Amino acid sequence: MNKIPETHYLNAKKGIWSWLTTVDHKRIGILYLFSVMFFFFVGGMFALMLRLELLTPTEMYIDSDTYNQMFTLHGAIMIFLFIIPAIPAILGNFVLPIMIGAKDVAFPRLNLLSWYIYIVGALFAVFSLVSGGADTGWTFYTPYSTTTSTAVISIVLGAFILGFSSIFTGLNFIVTVHKLRSPGMTWFKMPLFVWGMYATALIQVLATPVLGITLVLLIIERLIGIGIFDPAMGGDPVLFQHFFWFYSHPAVYIMILPGMAIISELITAHSHKKIFGYKAVAYSSLGIAFASFIVWGHHMFTSGQSELAAMIFSFLTFFVAIPSGVKVFNWVATLYKSSISFSTPMLYTLSFLFLFSIGGLTGIFLGALPVDIHLHDTYFIVAHFHYVMVGGTVIAFLGGLHHWWPKMWGRMYNETLGKISCLLIFVGFNMTFFTQFIMGSQGMPRRYHLYVDAYRPFHAFSTYGSWVMAAGFFLMAYYLIHSLFKGKPAGNNPWGALTHEWSITSPPPEHNFEEIPITEHGPYDYDKIVAKSTLVEN
Amino acid sequence: MDTTGTFWMPPGNSTIAGDVDSLFYFILYASIIIFVLVVGLSAYFSMKYRRRDGEVGKTDGLDHNVKLEIIWTIIPTILVMIVFVWGFKTYMYMNVVPKDAYEIKVNGQKWFWSFDYPEGGNSVNELIVPVDRPVKLLMASKDVIHSFFVPNFRIKMDVLPNRYSITWFEAHTIGEYNLFCTEFCGKGHSEMIGKVKVVSQEEFEQYAEDLAFSGEGMTLEEFGAKLYIQKACVTCHKIDGSNSTGPPWDNLYGKEEHLADGSSVKVDENYIRESILNPMAKITQGYQPVMPTYQGILKDKQIDALIAYIKSLQEDESLINE
Repeated sequence: MNKIPETHYLNAKKGIWSWLTTVDHKRIGILYLFSVMFFFFVGGMFALMLRLELLTPTEMYIDSDTYNQMFTLHGAIMIFLFIIPAIPAILGNFVLPIMIGAKDVAFPRLNLLSWYIYIVGALFAVFSLVSGGADTGWTFYTPYSTTTSTAVISIVLGAFILGFSSIFTGLNFIVTVHKLRSPGMTWFKMPLFVWGMYATALIQVLATPVLGITLVLLIIERLIGIGIFDPAMGGDPVLFQHFFWFYSHPAVYIMILPGMAIISELITAHSHKKIFGYKAVAYSSLGIAFASFIVWGHHMFTSGQSELAAMIFSFLTFFVAIPSGVKVFNWVATLYKSSISFSTPMLYTLSFLFLFSIGGLTGIFLGALPVDIHLHDTYFIVAHFHYVMVGGTVIAFLGGLHHWWPKMWGRMYNETLGKISCLLIFVGFNMTFFTQFIMGSQGMPRRYHLYVDAYRPFHAFSTYGSWVMAAGFFLMAYYLIHSLFKGKPAGNNPWGALTHEWSITSPPPEHNFEEIPITEHGPYDYDKIVAKSTLVEN
Repeated sequence: MDTTGTFWMPPGNSTIAGDVDSLFYFILYASIIIFVLVVGLSAYFSMKYRRRDGEVGKTDGLDHNVKLEIIWTIIPTILVMIVFVWGFKTYMYMNVVPKDAYEIKVNGQKWFWSFDYPEGGNSVNELIVPVDRPVKLLMASKDVIHSFFVPNFRIKMDVLPNRYSITWFEAHTIGEYNLFCTEFCGKGHSEMIGKVKVVSQEEFEQYAEDLAFSGEGMTLEEFGAKLYIQKACVTCHKIDGSNSTGPPWDNLYGKEEHLADGSSVKVDENYIRESILNPMAKITQGYQPVMPTYQGILKDKQIDALIAYIKSLQEDESLINE
């Protein structure tokens, strides 16, 4: 029988103060887990309320102003408070140092500071929520955002502050990966999760300041009336779009690269197979990170930018598609001659392959100029980015959460409920969002509170799907919380995986390793080494 | 040319729709093939290589295959290049306005569209165009960014406050099509829906003349009632006593209106005229300051007609003649 070790990072120090002043990367990961999941819940509730309102074409129970504030908050919360920090700040913080055989990140205090900054940024967003909300959409397009009477400043300030939290995490990971790898952990022996986090961190550090500057300009315009974006004061509204997407397109990869990073771990660990094309996957992360900086104009094909610019951006956009495609092919090839266990994390991995393929392929439609002109700002876009962000990132995050959950807490969740919940989310997600592809290409514009009756059946079906998905999430919340108290002890290595985190106890000791481990084999050498699962009882 | 619509696309009623749809379907079918390959192989491998009970052992060390990797990089690259070139050609066609195009000026503002025709007419929320003739739209916004989208024509273009944007189309079927605003513009964004009415050349000439009409042979009241619908006042002001974005017009004239700043004002000719031309000057209590100005859209006679119409909606005679 597996046992929970007597002392571990969770109980080595006691009391709420020991948590609030902790510099342990694992505890900071847990602090992030609870705060980020709280906002995931809030953002999710907004989503359900929006879908309910859209059940009928006319006003059902909220008016247009409330609806507009709600979709703004749904977007802003999900992007800035959930998806961007989710994987790096929770799972990255928790496992990245252990994976490379380090005792902590390079700057533990900076790491704690990033959490406090996150909380301060979140409070600004909450303040905006209670002081009447903002109604600009998460994109804050000018001149609407500089002229609307709602609480734009506080939410923009919140996003500005959250940017620093993101930068600090990124900075920490870059230095950690460069300086703290244990003996024998060469660059090409690093787990691919670390490569993905590294590529993400580069974008976080390089792109986020641009968003910061843009948002400050927006605040200056609103507060002091200096015309930068508002044409009434001599500004240029399209300039804002350029600035905004110069950050926000790379930001899309801040969101998806960590998801891809997780999938590389999950697919190998749960099929006990060496990754196919290690270097291709590692380099494609860097390739995607680089290319993400030169395609922002594809968000603006109808904005009135020059035809030449549109053509160049369209051309470059297709080159982001290639490395993403290569990754998917590598993952599928990894399954060949493997030994697949249908654990919950593996089900999430297979869902990811299905959903992310749709998300990626529909991106090709949007890169093609004349097709994008028809699809831009319709529900096709909404469906596309939900397939990438939820079908890709969130599904990968959930897979990763289930994969590392036994390491975090030392206990297993109920696998049967895990699989049922995964299935509900998969089915509900497709019901909700695949429908939106069709209604989008049929012409239904996004951000519409009321709509033309012809789209009603699509909207209704989409709303039913959101309920199925919600059921899956509530079930997950139940069995995960239940497992914290009643879960079966998981043992050191429930999946029989080969990366460093599975060689130490679950939960890990306060300082990870008794002595610095020496890396002798690659992270995926399942052809040479067999690690037994500690779940299989003798 | 497809005018009935398909599973994915609404009916295509402009000359470019066919081209856009062909490209859409090309990408769709190529995507389906790739998708079936990816998901099909994943499913097949998952079944074939599933872990059997008690199986613990080493797996195959296969970790690369140069030929395969070259193939799966080259083929998608070729496919996306086809898509790019095809898209580029269609896009160029969509962006070169034919020389003989009929030009209409489009104004977007919160939350309606207005159209100025070269004959001097003007319409609100209903764009009337002749069939089988290229139409150029010269577009500008009076406030925030809007976007002009007609799904059936496959055209969309942002309408900006500080510069003109241009798009064009040639409709090839007579009918009525939805016109949506697709750039979020505030409270009434989802109600900023107009119609594009495609009519025959003869009918169009009749319309153009009608729109330039300035109320001859009608009483001011009747002309006002016509403008109430034609200029989209009806979107925000009801005449059955119900509240909407703006105050209802019935029994309004002659009344003491309470303003947001605490003062009050009597609704008379001057107040109504001011409210139409400078809506922000006096905001009625309980309403948002959201009405756009009609400066430049309504002519003096039309304003007089609307005042006469509002007067006619007051049931209490004593208030009118006071």
